[in-house]
Amino acid sequence: MSLTLFRRHPSESWDRSPLTPTVRRAIPAFAGMTLFLVCLFAAPLAAQQSLPPAPYAYRQLEDPAKEAEAQALMETLRCLTCQSQSIADSDAAMAGDMRHQVRTRIAAGEEPEAIRAWLVERYGDYVSYAPVVSETTWPLFVIPLLLLVAAGAILWRRLRRAR
Amino acid sequence: MRWWWWIPLMLFAGFLGVAAYQLTQPKDDFVPSAMVGKPLPAFELPAAADGMSGVSTADFQDGKPRLLNIWASWCLPCIAEAPQLEQLKQDGAEIVGIAIRDRPEDVAAFLARHGNPYTRIGADDLSQVQLAIGSSGVPETFVIDGKGVIRYQHIGDIRAEHVPILLEKLREAGE
Repeated sequence: MSLTLFRRHPSESWDRSPLTPTVRRAIPAFAGMTLFLVCLFAAPLAAQQSLPPAPYAYRQLEDPAKEAEAQALMETLRCLTCQSQSIADSDAAMAGDMRHQVRTRIAAGEEPEAIRAWLVERYGDYVSYAPVVSETTWPLFVIPLLLLVAAGAILWRRLRRAR
Repeated sequence: MRWWWWIPLMLFAGFLGVAAYQLTQPKDDFVPSAMVGKPLPAFELPAAADGMSGVSTADFQDGKPRLLNIWASWCLPCIAEAPQLEQLKQDGAEIVGIAIRDRPEDVAAFLARHGNPYTRIGADDLSQVQLAIGSSGVPETFVIDGKGVIRYQHIGDIRAEHVPILLEKLREAGE
């Protein structure tokens, strides 16, 4: 289920508001009706993306081991048009194209971390959900350690005094 | 009670203050491309509509700076920016288009209805070039210098106030 709670600025494209699976399932019936209406009024309707999804957007790789690798990677990559989802969760067309790219590259023998690095090179750390220690994030890793050490020291002093 | 016992509470209050302030700030949804300053990746796209030429990296390496407009006929803000692209063209900018996930007939209909400011339009049916240049949606506009290096990225539709900025960036790229 892809909730589009985190919608973009209203002026931005439909690309940023993916269809939910429920809506997509309703499309064939809807398409017939739309076609009928189009013929009836011959007025151009605003078209949602009409191209079919990329070949590997919704199709798994034949090799289960490689598919598992691809799935693990896709779950840690951010969908750029629906930013609080991973590309594995999102129905946005661009997420489908990213899944296609991840799967075809893994099928071609590329390492998952190389694909992640390729994307980070283009979109920055933001595209990856995997935490990394960097110039800006190191306090997140160091502060809990310092707190643990401080708590341990206080506890040790107290217990020694109590004895 | 010793005064320094209050330090943790103060730190916590400070943290709450920062968090509360950040919650009131508008969310910045734009994902800037990390490719600005780097050369265009190698690509070759077929034409997106009959009568247009396709786009390849080599088209950007002849010494002339250009605008690269990432758009699609199904994208509503792309309609909104069409007059601004026309203005940029009249002001001497050469605009190369890349149509994302589009059909030739839809592209042709869009151009017939909203004008054609493009010298070339490539068809990027799997968003491959879009991903390769770090673009995260449509429309986006890149300034590419004469050596094929990405110099500037504009995210979202081009409004009237952005036209002089893009012209200036284009001029800078030509120096």
